[in-house]
Amino acid sequence: MKEQATIPTTNSFHMLRAMVGIGALCGLLIVLTYEGTLPRIEKLRAEALQQAIFKVIPDISKTQAFTLKDNVYVLAGEQDENVIYAGYDDQGNFKGVAVKASGQGYADIISILYGYNPEKQQVIGFYVLESKETPGLGDKIEKDQNFLDNFSALDVSLTDGLGAIRNRVVPVKKGTKSNPWEVDGITGATISSRAIGNILGKSSEKWIPIIYKNREVFKNKKE
Amino acid sequence: MSRQSEDSTRTKLAPSPTDEFIKGLWRENPVFVQVLGMCPVLAVSNTALNALAMGMATAFVLLMSNILVSLLRNFIPKEVRIASYILIIATFVTITDYAIQAISVDLHKSLGAFISLIVVNCLILSRAEAFASKNTVGKSTVDALGMGLGFLFALFCLGAVREILGSGAFFGIVLFPIEFQEWVVMILPAGGFFTLAAWLLVFNLIKRKEPTS
Repeated sequence: MKEQATIPTTNSFHMLRAMVGIGALCGLLIVLTYEGTLPRIEKLRAEALQQAIFKVIPDISKTQAFTLKDNVYVLAGEQDENVIYAGYDDQGNFKGVAVKASGQGYADIISILYGYNPEKQQVIGFYVLESKETPGLGDKIEKDQNFLDNFSALDVSLTDGLGAIRNRVVPVKKGTKSNPWEVDGITGATISSRAIGNILGKSSEKWIPIIYKNREVFKNKKE
Repeated sequence: MSRQSEDSTRTKLAPSPTDEFIKGLWRENPVFVQVLGMCPVLAVSNTALNALAMGMATAFVLLMSNILVSLLRNFIPKEVRIASYILIIATFVTITDYAIQAISVDLHKSLGAFISLIVVNCLILSRAEAFASKNTVGKSTVDALGMGLGFLFALFCLGAVREILGSGAFFGIVLFPIEFQEWVVMILPAGGFFTLAAWLLVFNLIKRKEPTS
């Protein structure tokens, strides 16, 4: 008690002044940096997305963005949301579409890009656009070759009525994949790899039937 | 008051700026002597480039937060000092995060979550608390430069060894003929511990041979 009495107490106004002052200064610094770097970050992100599209749809040389209006895909402008990207080869043949999807991972939202080929009715490529999964464990979803092989020919074929997916893409335990629509997991990245399977399952269930219906739009609207 | 006088005697022992600088780089190297900030040291030192980028990011945050803490040292009441330091450090980490994103998407991806984790690097908070809050801006700058470069140097030592042995390459350039069998363990987390232990051994052997002042 004696000791406490001898400690000089600071005016709480000074404490408040220091915290508010530093907070305002820091906020200003962050906003300035954000504004300053935003154009360049967006440019780099767009380039990275372009490269990712080339990764998930093999053998293409051109891409074209489309957006959904009244259940029909039309050429997309810069501000449109829910954009998908159609890929074409040198001769202008339609090779597939790249679709963005995201969902909760272990650490944060994981956002992915996957390629879909309506001719084969398969997912033909997969790429992680953004993830904060644990380095060394969860981030195996980007590196584990066995896991990535899941997405070279993942079955997302439609029912006879073409209204829905016949078998929803589901994650399974590592080594137990027995059907072409199952995603084999990763030991040591169970939650992250399961999250990818679920993100893909949810997104493909919603978008693949619509994309399939529009496949002629992509074929004809090159350039 | 007694604490302050104690500190002034301590700083009198190391008055010259060169001495202050060398202190961080060698005599009190944050990794090899103080063994501070082990999380990024072990985790992001799997390649020389990652280690350099991480070291530079940490050194930048350390430098900027040391300068700002030192500038504001008479303005911050001691009751809220830790909160203020963390606020300042977090700001510069966020700025670094944006800067790295603007430099390269791939680099940002490979450093990943570790950039945000610079906030909790105890090296930075310890320099703010132990040095910058009690010394002039000039001295704090020199101290941060020394400590930052010391940290960078240590990370680079680890990164270089781990990349050469674990990937058979240096800055991505393949060094060995194709028959070379990579020591995969070196790029895994365990390799970080092995390499750190080896460097600590080397460092202590060198230090022991030095004439003690």
